Amino acid sequence: MNALGRTILQRLALGLMSIVIVSVVVFSSLEFLPGDFASSVLGRSATPETVAAFRQELGLDLPAVQRYFHWIGGVLQGDLGNSFAGRAFTPRPVSEIVMPRLWNTLFLAGITAAIAIPVAVLLGLLAALYRNSRFDRLVNASTLSTIAMPEFLVAYMVILALAVKFPLFYAMSTLSPGMSFTERLGAVALPVLTLSLVIIAHMMRMTRAAIIGVLASPYIEMARLKGMAPWRIITRHALPNALGPIVNVIAFSLAYLVVGVVVIEVVFVYPGIGQTMVDAVRNRDIPVVQACALIFAATYIVLNLIADIIAIATNPRLLHAR
Amino acid sequence: MQTDNAHLLDIRDLRVEGESDGQWSTLVDGVSLTLRRGEVLGLVGESGAGKSTLGLAALGYVRPGCRITGGQVIFDGRDLLSLPEDQRRPLRGHRISYVAQSAAASFNPAHSLMNQTIETAVQRHLMPATEARNAATQQFRRLSLPHPDSIGKRYPHQVSGGQLQRIMTAMAMHCGPDLIVFDEPTTALDVTTQVEVLASIREAVEARGTAAIYITHDLAVVAQMAHRIMVLRHGKLVEEGETQAMLDAPQQDYTRSLWAVREVQKTTLQAAEKPLLTIQGLNFSYGKAGPKALEGIDLTVPRGRTLAVVGESGSGKSTLGRVIAGLNVADSGQVTFDGQVLPRRIGQRDKDLMRRIQLVHQSADTALNPRHTVRELIARPLETFHRLRGSERERRVQELLEMIELGPRYADRLPSELSGGQKQRVNIARGLAAGPDLMICDEVTSALDQLVQEGILRMLLNLQAELQISYFFITHDISTVRAIADGIVVMHHGRIVEAGPRQDVLSPPHHPYTELLLGSAPQMRTDWLTDLLASRAASASAP
Repeated sequence: MNALGRTILQRLALGLMSIVIVSVVVFSSLEFLPGDFASSVLGRSATPETVAAFRQELGLDLPAVQRYFHWIGGVLQGDLGNSFAGRAFTPRPVSEIVMPRLWNTLFLAGITAAIAIPVAVLLGLLAALYRNSRFDRLVNASTLSTIAMPEFLVAYMVILALAVKFPLFYAMSTLSPGMSFTERLGAVALPVLTLSLVIIAHMMRMTRAAIIGVLASPYIEMARLKGMAPWRIITRHALPNALGPIVNVIAFSLAYLVVGVVVIEVVFVYPGIGQTMVDAVRNRDIPVVQACALIFAATYIVLNLIADIIAIATNPRLLHAR
Repeated sequence: MQTDNAHLLDIRDLRVEGESDGQWSTLVDGVSLTLRRGEVLGLVGESGAGKSTLGLAALGYVRPGCRITGGQVIFDGRDLLSLPEDQRRPLRGHRISYVAQSAAASFNPAHSLMNQTIETAVQRHLMPATEARNAATQQFRRLSLPHPDSIGKRYPHQVSGGQLQRIMTAMAMHCGPDLIVFDEPTTALDVTTQVEVLASIREAVEARGTAAIYITHDLAVVAQMAHRIMVLRHGKLVEEGETQAMLDAPQQDYTRSLWAVREVQKTTLQAAEKPLLTIQGLNFSYGKAGPKALEGIDLTVPRGRTLAVVGESGSGKSTLGRVIAGLNVADSGQVTFDGQVLPRRIGQRDKDLMRRIQLVHQSADTALNPRHTVRELIARPLETFHRLRGSERERRVQELLEMIELGPRYADRLPSELSGGQKQRVNIARGLAAGPDLMICDEVTSALDQLVQEGILRMLLNLQAELQISYFFITHDISTVRAIADGIVVMHHGRIVEAGPRQDVLSPPHHPYTELLLGSAPQMRTDWLTDLLASRAASASAP
């Protein structure tokens, strides 16, 4: 097999292994949490017998190793288990709680990414092209300030500007089942704007830095001496050789959009997966917490894996082996 | 605008400054030159003489961090310096093109060689892509590249350095330019490859009547290529003249000193009585199944003498040096050092053995920690091997700095504040500080200008006379061998093809490979390349 295929298979195997390790870590760390769901639900007055019976009903009396394999076995078959929150008579599957929220989060993340990534890369390329110009300094200063500000502050400023002073959008991004796609778009406009401001800054700065790093290479000077136009030099000669770091920061930003947006969800009262996890932690609803943690971990691993593979695949030394 | 056909390029009183650490210093100081159509001008000088800056100025280009402060660059009647950028750019790659020193670094790793070769023609709409590709293929063929029809599909890392250099020449010639600037196009190549590339370039330039500026620090090379030679130093013109006249009767002392360098030769010493290092039946391969990098090596390094190991890159000479140093572990064979068998791995050797065998790397730039001062660099082995501290250590540092002819004021400098030659001296001083019996010098002078090389070779000879060190001297340069060797070992494909005292190896009869190496080293006469090619063609057609 060629070098590229082998490297990609290796990365896939490594990614799979990481997910397994993470599942063990997630499971065991929740195991060591102080307190107990059964006693916390049943209250102080519950007799030891009731607590024991309840634990048995939830399967908490089984040894941890057995429960881990039971849980992970279910996950592999797409069964995330039942939530602790619903009672025994009406068991609520975790997937029923988590999945709609996950779709909401992915919707928000998808819209944001579709806008932010092209804008960020384009701004980065332009800033590299006109480096040290007034445009470059303006872009740098504004991105630096959005990085420096806490995201909730950005969110409130966006609300103040576009929902209060000029009421173009709703301040709350509540979704309801019957909404059309355009209505949904309108609902998420402000969180999308806020998140874009946050992630564009990182991606744009990395793009600019990666391109400028490559511009010092002799082959860029050669392109200049061949009479190539500056924009062509940036896009055709520098960009393909700077893709690695750019793809990495994009993957990182995408992961953040799925995993790290709980603050934004709270500010805009958006029913995403971050809020679900926070609620589940508060209620000690272990199966939901586990499911969320596993989804988050898998998101990170898969996105980084994709970034790695793209970075490897765009390296001509691997793509066109000797 | 109709112009005087005689002068294609006319550079008048050009001044270029470069910035470093906020200080502007002069790189080119009022140089003028003229070039007729079809004429080849050689620009000669050591590094820092301003050759490349001047060559790039012929394209109306200055590197970032440099500025032109005066003068004119009149190409075909138009002053490039006063043209707006969008009128200057179309000339580059089309009417004036450039061949860079390191083709490996100057080709974009992300695009195929063909796409890079035809880029200017296609982007400028000079010809349709198919026609451009055909023209490029023809150009590849003319430059005697292997597989001219398919080599363009390859990527830069897939072809050898010598081939890349020829493809870059093909790229430069693709649009049929009036002028090509060759910036040290063969400096990074082996002597044997250099001959082929030089022949290809000369033929291609002559066939089309293209004018060229040929920049090099190697006089023997420029003598083959140029009609006229200009010698530069510190950004100023030293001397200019027809090639033959410049070789026969240089007027300036500086030019004469450049010419004289190649005449350094070590006085023949008596054969030493006792061997310091003996290698018997040594084999080495990278990895278990890998091809043999070294096969059946037998050699002896006498005490206080120099054994030069010669061969082109890939011949295994550096690998052999690393095996002796214990960095590469031999598969089989025995290395005896001062009467005791050397453990194969460096980890199995005791501290005293490590001290007695020192390795000096080719590139001082990468071998010296850029954040350590010269004092720290030299003092480290003094502490490790001799447990010197405080004033004793400082005294020894000063002594070593005297030995490498730098003096105490350099102790506080960082490598970045030293010239290439000074860095290499510090690199050598670090090896000396350990107090070795054997120094493995891996191409220590190869990256340096001839004048600087000479200084370092003289220093090494003096140190040897004084300290009785043995050198295991790895090089691909025959003139360096002449200057420093007592004994010579010629390597090819991991084997020793010829060995013996210097006089014996350097005088006929030679092993065919030694003959090839010796013959490929450029000589200071204008018809050397022509004669060599003629004699090779003759022997190739002979039965």
